[in-house]
Amino acid sequence: MSTMEHAVGEPSRSQKAKDLAFRLALLACLTLAVGLLVVLLVDVALDGAGTLDLDFITSFTSITADKAGIQAALWGTIWLMGVCAFFIVPVGVATAIYLEEYADSTRWWNKLIELNIQNLAAVPSIVYGILGLAFLVRGPLHLGNVVLAGGLTLGLLVLPMVIIAGREALRAVPPSIREGSMALGATQWQTIWRQVLPAAIPGMATGVILALSRAIGETAPLIVVGAATVIAFNPTGLDSSFTAMPIQIFDWISRASNDINDYRPLAAAGILLLMILLLAMNSVAIWLRNRYEQKW
Amino acid sequence: MVGDKVTLPLTVTPAKSEGEKASPDKPREPREPIFHLEDVTVFYGDKAAVREVTFDIAAKEITALIGPSGCGKSTLIRCLNRMNDLIPSARVDGKVLYHDQDLYAPEVDAVEVRKRIGMVFQKPNPFPKSIYDNIAFGPRVLGMKGDMDEIVERALVHAAVWDEVKDRLKTNAFGMSGGQQQRLCIARALAVEPDVILMDEPCSALDPISTGKIEDLMMQLREEFSIVIVTHNMQQAARVSDRTAFFTVDAEDRVGRLVEYDDTETVFTNPSDSRTEAYVTGKVG
Repeated sequence: MSTMEHAVGEPSRSQKAKDLAFRLALLACLTLAVGLLVVLLVDVALDGAGTLDLDFITSFTSITADKAGIQAALWGTIWLMGVCAFFIVPVGVATAIYLEEYADSTRWWNKLIELNIQNLAAVPSIVYGILGLAFLVRGPLHLGNVVLAGGLTLGLLVLPMVIIAGREALRAVPPSIREGSMALGATQWQTIWRQVLPAAIPGMATGVILALSRAIGETAPLIVVGAATVIAFNPTGLDSSFTAMPIQIFDWISRASNDINDYRPLAAAGILLLMILLLAMNSVAIWLRNRYEQKW
Repeated sequence: MVGDKVTLPLTVTPAKSEGEKASPDKPREPREPIFHLEDVTVFYGDKAAVREVTFDIAAKEITALIGPSGCGKSTLIRCLNRMNDLIPSARVDGKVLYHDQDLYAPEVDAVEVRKRIGMVFQKPNPFPKSIYDNIAFGPRVLGMKGDMDEIVERALVHAAVWDEVKDRLKTNAFGMSGGQQQRLCIARALAVEPDVILMDEPCSALDPISTGKIEDLMMQLREEFSIVIVTHNMQQAARVSDRTAFFTVDAEDRVGRLVEYDDTETVFTNPSDSRTEAYVTGKVG
């Protein structure tokens, strides 16, 4: 075939075939990805749906599989998320404001901070677990295996996500808003507090929720900081020992099941509950973004 | 000529011509200078954007800064209320005196400067809040005393936008037309009771009807305020301003300089510099 034929007119048959093959390949990859997820979910749902009821949520775990429930782990997770949010919201927002509004990005130390925050977001969670163990549980703070230590460890883990999302939200507020405010004689702080921050809150809230939904599924760092596995009480305060849903699920899966005590449906029901919580949180994040996002 | 000082004969009352100019024909008070610029050079990093500008701006007048793109007129107007401070690389040399006070003296707080010298920008920039809150923001942060409803109404009336918005003060300002938004921004600036209003191409994003309304508004406001306007639109400068400063940009070093500063009448009909003449007659620019 000469090149002249290709220059104009209909694409050749081989080109059409290539195009089709490429599309089919893409579709196959998509099917594989989504298909696996669907199989996994359906399998978990079949195993766990029968167990996931009010009794499951309101019972503590037990050696007897029939009586076991996830209450302690559910409350443990709620406490952890509370501590985590209480830590990441002020620290994350303040850091984002500093980097975006005050820091002179041409200075080397600010560049260093920026680069490191990007890197920290990619550090494996187990490393945060070790950090939490060394500095929070033992070491300088010596908190012990308690809710506060677990929550703060998870907070450290997701803090870079919150900072990055916060900075993006601040950057989305156009400079003209800052100029307009400053031109009226408002100070930089008044401008940030009354104009920039309110406009950035939806984006920041979305970031915080997504960060929490990452934290809620974390298992490894909690194991390292010493979350308990078999616990028959809810946390009563920041200094309580605790367990969390992923830990409880892990515990049930790792137990030997037999004819009398089958723990596998418990694990499946725990996974389902965790998935439901995750979906709920992500839905709130999406709703927040669509409802309050400012179009400039 | 370049770099020469252009001084304003402060005591001369301008000879107003018939009809053409919309300003009232009554004899005006001898001009008080409100700004005195001396050898002002503004750098962005190492590069000068506008160099060695010296002239006076009179109170209760409209002073237009005109010239081709890149001549430094927007840069210069942003020195008058220290908005250039917001650009980290910007540096101002020379003196900008406002009522004999150097605005760039170390003891001067830029926030205080901006309380007295308001600014309206090229693109309307209402806050993403209600019309009411847009106006009330300035008075609130400055801790102004008085009934806020009254302050808001007065500012909106003053900016000739009250009748159009009085029934929807609590609605978001983003729902207004571009022209209304710009008058809202003017009202917002008026609400904090400044002495001077700087306008950086306030009509460049607006249609001719909205532009006309803003020009009418400026004519009213000059009775109470000193106004400095940067404009690309020479007809606009001719229509509204009392004085015109013409800037140009050197083709070689890309630095803006003040070429001529005089009564608007003179600049447009009998300019003393050939470059001014070429620009105002549309031969270049």
